[in-house]
Amino acid sequence: MTMALDTPRPALTDLVGKTLSRRRRWKLGEVVFWGLTAAAPFMLPRGMLLLNEVAILALFALSLDLILGFAGIVSLGHAAFLGAGAYAAGLFALHVNADPLTGLVVAVLAAALLGFLTSFLVLRGTDLTRLMVTLGVALLLFELANSFSTITGGADGLQGISMGPLLGLFPFDLQGRTAYLYSLSVLFVLFLAARRMMASPFGLSLRAIRDNPLRASATGVAINGRIVMVYTIAAAYAGAAGALMAQTTQFVSLDVLEFHRSADLMLVVIIGGAGWLYGGIIGAILFKVLQDAISLATPQYWQFWIGLLLVVFVLGGREILHDLLARSRAALAKRISRRAP
Amino acid sequence: MLTILFDGVAYGMLLFILASGLAVTLGLMNFVNLAHGAFAMAGGYVTVVLMQRYDVPFVATLPFAFLVPAAIGAVLERTIYRPMYAKSHLDQVLFSIGLVFMVVAAVDYVMGSQQQLIRLPAWLQGRFDIAGIGIGRYRSFVIAICIVLTIALQYVLVRTRFGSRLRAAVDDQQVARGLGVNVGVIFSLTFAVGSGLAGLGGALGVEMLGLDPTFPLKFMIYFLIVVTVGGRSSLIGPFTAALLIGIVDVAGKYYVPQLGAFLIYALMVAVLFLRPQGLFAVAR
Amino acid sequence: MTAPALQTIGLVKRFGGIVATNDVSLTIERGARHALIGPNGAGKTTLVNQLTGVLKPSEGRILLEGRDITTAKPEARVRLGMSRTFQINQLFQSMTALDMLLLVLCEQRNLGLKLWQKLDKSGDLAREAAAIAERFRLDDVIGEPIATLPYGKQRQLEIAAAFAARPRVLLLDEPAAGVPEAERRDLLATVADLPADVSVLLIEHDMDLVFRFATRITVLVNGTVITEGTPAAIATDPAVRAAYLGESLDA
Repeated sequence: MTMALDTPRPALTDLVGKTLSRRRRWKLGEVVFWGLTAAAPFMLPRGMLLLNEVAILALFALSLDLILGFAGIVSLGHAAFLGAGAYAAGLFALHVNADPLTGLVVAVLAAALLGFLTSFLVLRGTDLTRLMVTLGVALLLFELANSFSTITGGADGLQGISMGPLLGLFPFDLQGRTAYLYSLSVLFVLFLAARRMMASPFGLSLRAIRDNPLRASATGVAINGRIVMVYTIAAAYAGAAGALMAQTTQFVSLDVLEFHRSADLMLVVIIGGAGWLYGGIIGAILFKVLQDAISLATPQYWQFWIGLLLVVFVLGGREILHDLLARSRAALAKRISRRAP
Repeated sequence: MLTILFDGVAYGMLLFILASGLAVTLGLMNFVNLAHGAFAMAGGYVTVVLMQRYDVPFVATLPFAFLVPAAIGAVLERTIYRPMYAKSHLDQVLFSIGLVFMVVAAVDYVMGSQQQLIRLPAWLQGRFDIAGIGIGRYRSFVIAICIVLTIALQYVLVRTRFGSRLRAAVDDQQVARGLGVNVGVIFSLTFAVGSGLAGLGGALGVEMLGLDPTFPLKFMIYFLIVVTVGGRSSLIGPFTAALLIGIVDVAGKYYVPQLGAFLIYALMVAVLFLRPQGLFAVAR
Repeated sequence: MTAPALQTIGLVKRFGGIVATNDVSLTIERGARHALIGPNGAGKTTLVNQLTGVLKPSEGRILLEGRDITTAKPEARVRLGMSRTFQINQLFQSMTALDMLLLVLCEQRNLGLKLWQKLDKSGDLAREAAAIAERFRLDDVIGEPIATLPYGKQRQLEIAAAFAARPRVLLLDEPAAGVPEAERRDLLATVADLPADVSVLLIEHDMDLVFRFATRITVLVNGTVITEGTPAAIATDPAVRAAYLGESLDA
């Protein structure tokens, strides 16, 4: 082969190799961030329940980021997978086994199966058809859960779930300490997996599909297979979030399948910025803190402020926010370089 | 059986009038406005408020149910909607969902969350029999108005100067401007009329669909189904789709009530999967 | 006797009532430097889109090294040994030049579904990416975002990405289109330096490049092949002159 005869300058090969391994390495900021999340129980002992909600929303947002941020697939019905996971985990705990981890696995598999089956619906079409189809699937599930109230409890929700202790050792306490550490661990493990997957050749091909499907297929990427794969994985992630929700609150209501879940989730991912894995997590923190603050003031009309946020964000707030971020990053870099000799 | 068919037709016709504005903005102008139902709700509340607080007769409220949302539509189009035309569908979706959330909360705050009821005038109440089929007076009234509006709409779009200018503006803004068409005004006017029609539909629908602050969310999906399933290249597609949905929904809720809206959503997902461009789309 | 690198037999493409490709039978020999020329609107791009699987022909067959690929998907054709560049840059705007080359190399090695693979632990991936970057004079910008590269470098990357798939047949769709004079020489040099065992079909408008590069030329007018021959024969062909004269009058 001709390629084998081509020998590049060793310095160039070296540079490329170093670039690749540098990219995979953990940044200081990342380590600090996860360190803080682990230290949170000591810093905010009274905020465990809220932190647990944040961790679950972050996992849910991470799931949407995988398809929206990396593969460019828009969805207005991501709650379908959250709901599937929540009901699967709830029903499993109620009827089969109260062990949290087994329930988590069952829920993940159920949501992944649903994701796999519905992934074929998002293969074709424009953004608009995808938005409609995903919305339709979520609405279908909502109607189903509502109709089969003998199984799901209908509008009353799935009641009477009682979870066993985590790993047989740690019972879920009222302060939410076990709940938070459990949710955080699941989030962290799944985040690690996502980080690795998105840095793999597979992750690279997803970005190619998002950027330019025409070129991606001319490069040898079998687009449909990749979309089925990432959609299934994302559904599994959302299912895990649903399971955590069901298990830590010991309750599942129809609310998990509501439209506003999917719409709010979009906002969460967009606030933090799609396509870099931390966007969903940061968005989840901001969203929950904001929600907590606003609903203290006006519990009933919280949706109004969410709506306003969306409108302002799209009308130009996003540019301003990202501009602000870029500017503060530049200022920081300047200060650091000034300090250097 | 035939009564159900009749009710389905009335429901479908009403859906078409409600969604016709969306059929134009989404179908022709390619702008996703999920807040379309908010204009319908505005029309509904105009009628309710006029009737309850000022004792205006039902029929006399209808022009206002058209004009008020149309005016709101025109103002919003000029101010916040216009910058959205050039953005991605995702942005348009987020933006208009935001509007829906705001409107739902605001109306809840002002009007309260309860279902609004109106008293129809006596001549629109009850039903009469034709060959043993029970026909609701009010539904006949709705069908009559909708038929007139549909014909007028089709006439305006296809036969008038305004219609041809709109189609030119949609096809290619640059060329239309070059031909002396004031694209901005055409779009504003179209948007206003679409909002007005939605408002009128909302007013007519208070009796049939109910009215509370969650109206835009509840029916958002129905309007979208009408347009996306109907296909976006003409008004005939959405019209047929609306009738189909009306009949299927009424019949479904009558014969298999436990399934709720399941049938409609299943229908939509199936159609969009098999024909992403819609049921009646003509290949261009 | 070995089959030709790429062959079309009676290819027809109709759009409604318009015939965009009219009974085109074309043979690209192995190792060829073959050019396809024709005035604007002659149907060159439509033909390329059928060869690469973007469009489905209405009639006729396409053979890659004797194997029928008429209905194969675009990505399958890449796997079977044919890749292409685009007339208008189709690059991955959010990536760096290195990312794009790595993507092609990974796909070429069937790593695309390896969710767990580390890019820096994938054999000689880095070495090969470096080799291609050097060959296409991208070594100085390899880590830069594609969106910020000068146009000439982007054109180089177009070809580099197609070449990284290790094709035996390479379709170059107007590689020099729009490249400023200063960067043009580099580009022509890299095209001329393509390995001899890669068969090249060059679709071009630029006669200067065509006559410098090609050893065989096919002329397409209104979707129909009007003649084929050596550069010398084409240069003096009256029918070709008429076709181009017609165009220059139009322009």
